Amino acid sequence: MSVKATHERSHEIPPKASIKLGPTLDEEVFGAAFSGQVVSRFIKYVAAYKVLLWVAIISVLVFTASSIAIPLIVRDIFDSALSADTLSSSKLTTMMVVFLTAVGFNFVSNYLQELIVGRVAERILIDMRRAMYTHLQVISLSFMDRTEIGKLMARLQGDVAALQEFLQTAVFAIGDFVLLVGIIGAMIYLDWRLGLMTLAVVPVLFIIRIIWLPYARQAFLRARVTSSIVSGALAENINGIRAVQGMSREYVNYDLFDIRATDNLRAANRASKIGVIMLPIVDTLTGSAMAIIVIVGGFFVLGGSIEVGVMVAFILFVQRFFDPIRSLTMHYNVLQRAMASGERIFEVIDVPVDIKDKPDAIELDEIDGSIKFEDVTFGYLPDQPILKNINFEVKPGETVALVGPTGSGKTSTTALVHRFYDIWDGSVKVGGHDVRDVTQQSLGKHVSMVLQEPFLFSGTVYENIRYAKDDTTREDVVAAAQAVGAHEFIMKLPNGYETELEQRGGNLSLGQRQLISFARAIVADAKILVLDEATASIDSYTEMLIQQALVRLMEGRTGMVIAHRLATIRGADRIIVLQDGEIIEMGNHDELMEMGGLYSRLYSMNYASFDDIPDELIAEATKAAEGTST
Amino acid sequence: MALQYRWRLFFGLIAIFLASGFQLAIPILIGSAVDAARSLDESTVEIVNPAVVGLIDSTVDIFGEGSNPARTALIIIAIYLFIASVGRGLSAMFQNYMGEAIGQHIGYELRMLYYEKLQRLSFSYHAGVHTGDLITRGIIDVEGVRMFVQTALLRTVFLMVLIGTGMYLMLSEDLVLGLISLSFVPFVAWHATAARLKLRSNWYQLQEKLSALTKVMDENLGGIRVVRAFASQDYEMKKFDDASNETLRLANVQVGIRATNISLMGVAFMVAMAAVLWVGGLKVIDGTLTPGELTQFIAFMSILLQPVRQIGMMVNGYARGSATGVRLFQVLDLEPEIQDKPSAKDLELTNGILEFHDVKFGYEGENTLEGISFKVEPGHTVGIVGPPGSGKSTIAHLVPRFYDPIEGHITIDGQDLRDVTLDSLRKAVGVVEQDTFLFTASVAHNVAYGDPWAPDDRVESATHYAQLGDYIERLPGGYDTTIGERGVSLSGGQRQRLSIARSILLRPKLIVFDDSTAAIDAATEQRIRAALTDLTTDRATIIISHRLSSLMHADEILFIDHGKIIERGTHEELLALGGHYNDLYELQIRPSENYSIGSDGELS
Ligand SMILES: Nc1ncnc2c1ncn2[C@@H]1O[C@H](COP(=O)(O)OP(=O)(O)OP(=O)(O)O)[C@@H](O)[C@H]1O
Ligand SMILES: Nc1ncnc2c1ncn2[C@@H]1O[C@H](COP(=O)(O)OP(=O)(O)OP(=O)(O)O)[C@@H](O)[C@H]1O
Ligand SMILES: [Mg+2]
Ligand SMILES: [Mg+2]
Repeated sequence: MSVKATHERSHEIPPKASIKLGPTLDEEVFGAAFSGQVVSRFIKYVAAYKVLLWVAIISVLVFTASSIAIPLIVRDIFDSALSADTLSSSKLTTMMVVFLTAVGFNFVSNYLQELIVGRVAERILIDMRRAMYTHLQVISLSFMDRTEIGKLMARLQGDVAALQEFLQTAVFAIGDFVLLVGIIGAMIYLDWRLGLMTLAVVPVLFIIRIIWLPYARQAFLRARVTSSIVSGALAENINGIRAVQGMSREYVNYDLFDIRATDNLRAANRASKIGVIMLPIVDTLTGSAMAIIVIVGGFFVLGGSIEVGVMVAFILFVQRFFDPIRSLTMHYNVLQRAMASGERIFEVIDVPVDIKDKPDAIELDEIDGSIKFEDVTFGYLPDQPILKNINFEVKPGETVALVGPTGSGKTSTTALVHRFYDIWDGSVKVGGHDVRDVTQQSLGKHVSMVLQEPFLFSGTVYENIRYAKDDTTREDVVAAAQAVGAHEFIMKLPNGYETELEQRGGNLSLGQRQLISFARAIVADAKILVLDEATASIDSYTEMLIQQALVRLMEGRTGMVIAHRLATIRGADRIIVLQDGEIIEMGNHDELMEMGGLYSRLYSMNYASFDDIPDELIAEATKAAEGTST
Repeated sequence: MALQYRWRLFFGLIAIFLASGFQLAIPILIGSAVDAARSLDESTVEIVNPAVVGLIDSTVDIFGEGSNPARTALIIIAIYLFIASVGRGLSAMFQNYMGEAIGQHIGYELRMLYYEKLQRLSFSYHAGVHTGDLITRGIIDVEGVRMFVQTALLRTVFLMVLIGTGMYLMLSEDLVLGLISLSFVPFVAWHATAARLKLRSNWYQLQEKLSALTKVMDENLGGIRVVRAFASQDYEMKKFDDASNETLRLANVQVGIRATNISLMGVAFMVAMAAVLWVGGLKVIDGTLTPGELTQFIAFMSILLQPVRQIGMMVNGYARGSATGVRLFQVLDLEPEIQDKPSAKDLELTNGILEFHDVKFGYEGENTLEGISFKVEPGHTVGIVGPPGSGKSTIAHLVPRFYDPIEGHITIDGQDLRDVTLDSLRKAVGVVEQDTFLFTASVAHNVAYGDPWAPDDRVESATHYAQLGDYIERLPGGYDTTIGERGVSLSGGQRQRLSIARSILLRPKLIVFDDSTAAIDAATEQRIRAALTDLTTDRATIIISHRLSSLMHADEILFIDHGKIIERGTHEELLALGGHYNDLYELQIRPSENYSIGSDGELS
């Protein structure tokens, strides 16, 4: 293979690369094969399709019954129409009609069971996925911060499919069970002595199964876990392909991937071995059962105690007898897998929504656009406050700038205005209302944001700028694009506003993406506009043009602006200087410059080159910044 | 395919023939057993099948003379029946195992090929496809092909052999009955083909729609902050429902085809069986056929039941296998646009001088860059400024040969980038990307991404160079702290610094900073730059930045607009020129009250 020619696999695991990705074994095992809780919750989703499922179950039963009936009818044909003493063609005709009727039932019920079970299972798959997805839309961001998207996607896809499979097998398992009981009943009914003798092999099978099961369970589990590890590694590599190629990690990654894939190959292979072992065992038992029937049954026939048709029916039954047993134990596997998947799905659905509307939450219609932080303390992790005792107020129509070294908590402050997170202490008020007292939906309509990371969706440029605001006219979109200086380059794209963007806007430059996300915020037409380094990747000249346009756009709106380029925020009505999560200075540009604090130092460094700045100033600024950014 | 499959395939095929042999022996034995049991006179056994009679004759001496021939025959038949069953089980085991093993090996090979291909496909390819789509192909489509190979390939042979022999036996036994019992075969064959075609296009569409759904979900979760910021949950749910209903519709069609398929095949078989019973029954009444022969016939037919049922399922497997195979090979067949020439040599670094010679480049036929020429020497710095979309990052992407120029060429120490191996080139060149991507892993693993063998002290010193060390060390987990995908739990500036650390750990001979301090405050940036001075003395540096204070000490500054260098020179020269650069400088250093947020006024 070409791969091997270009690169020798070393299979040595580098110390600083992890080999485990995706779920661990413990995560998969998740207790028993049966969890009443999972099943009872799953049943709630199933309940919506009660009627259909009953039809399906009835179909399964009819199908099973007709499957049992058909060999019986064949026996009857032999015994009553074709046995040596009662050869009769009229009897044959009658029996044929019966046979064909059974075939008809068999056909219709087979069709119905496949169709209904299949479709209901698809529906439930979608329902469960939707339930999880809906929940993910309201789950608090702190949960999303902690959770890998790949894992959530695995739950939205793989785990949901496992439950779908479970539903399908569950319905068919009913059929298998009935079939088993039916066959046993039929055998006992036909001849109880022969029946019992034939059934003697069943306990043997069960004992073998019980010994076999733990091994099989382990093996299948390992195969599954290693397979998700492989998937995780693949996904990671695809997502980070630029970093991989840029840093020449291909060979190392290939080796690591090979280790994981080989692991999976071995595990799958072992699972196969353990799986196929059952085949000769079952066939040996079938063979024994048939031998018993031939000898004992044959002797009975010779002795005249049973009809030959009984023997024929027995042989036919025995061949079908092990199928349900086999699939019932197979279902065990599906069941166990479904339980683990179910636990994982309900785990997501059960994540409490920390941030939810109060029952009496107010629908904010009109607001004045004021923002007020009172003694706000907040952090992402317990005991690690990021913002401490933040107090400030923004009057309607004012623009306030947040500055400070990196990591000082600027982005976190703006996140609180939108109630992305709940604060530990104090209060955040928007338009005079505590953000916890209003509905999030209406709050969202009044606050629009340009996030530090410009995220665009696949779709056209137009769709991206308009985004969720369906009632926007094309003029509004173009006007917003013009305001941020994006119109010109959009018109140069192959299809203008209708140009399809690649994933995350990959066919645009970062600055262009930022402009589009800026335009999107403007189209949202909210009272409060938050700009988190909205122009960080844009040159000062373009930025100046935007700011000119903003002057008009910001009329009557409240602004919260974050920027590192201090020239950007010079003219803000008020500048808040954050350091280490605390407000250390506040005032307008001139006041702060006069104060000679961190702001004035940052400001002077911003435009000067460092050898123009006296050493002690760097040292001071460095010290000042030390507490926060480093 | 590789040698290891040959013997597996060989054994698999042997097992198939054995399995079919045993499988077919069973009904013959059963039929004879019925005949034997029916022997009215226990001293004369009327077994129709000569082969079985031969078998009995050759074994009968064990029981010695004088035993009851009918009973002896039954016992012997029972023994053979048992042997045939065990034999069938064993050969089925081999056959299944071989099938699975081949499937797993092919799945493994495909995975590795796919992985390797993706790693080599160039940026231009990756920019145009959605990661969700690629992931689906790598996981679900590989699985589809594997399942197909595993279950369908050998089993098809098995079923063919079984059906073929079954047909032969039935036809040679009784032509009329045989023909009747096989009357369903053409119907099944025709229907299976038609259904396969329908299913195949359905699978293909379904797979595409599933990819689309994946895309919607993946972007929703990835862009969750945007979704929240715009309170657009309703809009997002609608997108989800649209995509999801599409998949549901196709899945329902598929279930429909499958249900029709399976039930029709079943009924076709049963009807043929009814015909056999009817005609055969009349023959028995006429006395031209023994009940034993008819039983044997029915038993032959029941052997066919399972295969016929399985054909229904396999049709689905075939359809899915070919649909997913197409999707997979669409990727595997691609040739990477950028790859080593057969004659490529490792890059020989003598000085580390990078030169652009009249370079022209465009993404999709358009001219993104034109007439770009410049030179960077070790210890020197070239600064690049320009408006968004002017082509700065594009220049950065040409250096590690993420793309090839359309015209002109780029050299390092006189060697054209297209003549050297990619690996050696990319080891020599470090680009700190504008758009930071971090991996879900510990800080240490992220910093050491390019060199996972790097010892701790190198990781730590790189992190300190990037002015992030103190922060990391203050974290409860230190360097072992896991950072999330795209580094959500770090601030924007922390993320950029991590990415700087990652690049300088590799100590490349040539380093490009693509606007990599945009989210970092000036003080921190200057400390980074101060720390890096001793690192950059002997290497060539390109700095792309909008902040002129980062560039002003560059040996040459290029001002790019619309893909062309419109001004070039040192800071002082450019200021003296009084052009665009000067304007920018004026704006940054002396922003007049006029053009700032929150105040009114006009730009002069
Ligand atoms: N989702 C998160 N989970 C845990 N910690 C976080 C999270 N987001 C930010 N932090 C931490 O909180 C601190 C403040 O981050 P924030 O993003 O508010 O900084 P910032 O002032 O916006 O910085 P920058 O200028 O670099 O963007 C940082 O130390 C950061 O590591
Ligand atoms: N993958 C791509 N496919 C097609 N066009 C692209 C692609 N990447 C960039 N472009 C286009 O090429 C032009 C130059 O982009 P580039 O990223 O080099 O700009 P830039 O100067 O780095 O801008 P910024 O300052 O915003 O980062 C832009 O017009 C952009 O739309
Ligand atoms: Mg920030
Ligand atoms: Mg760029």
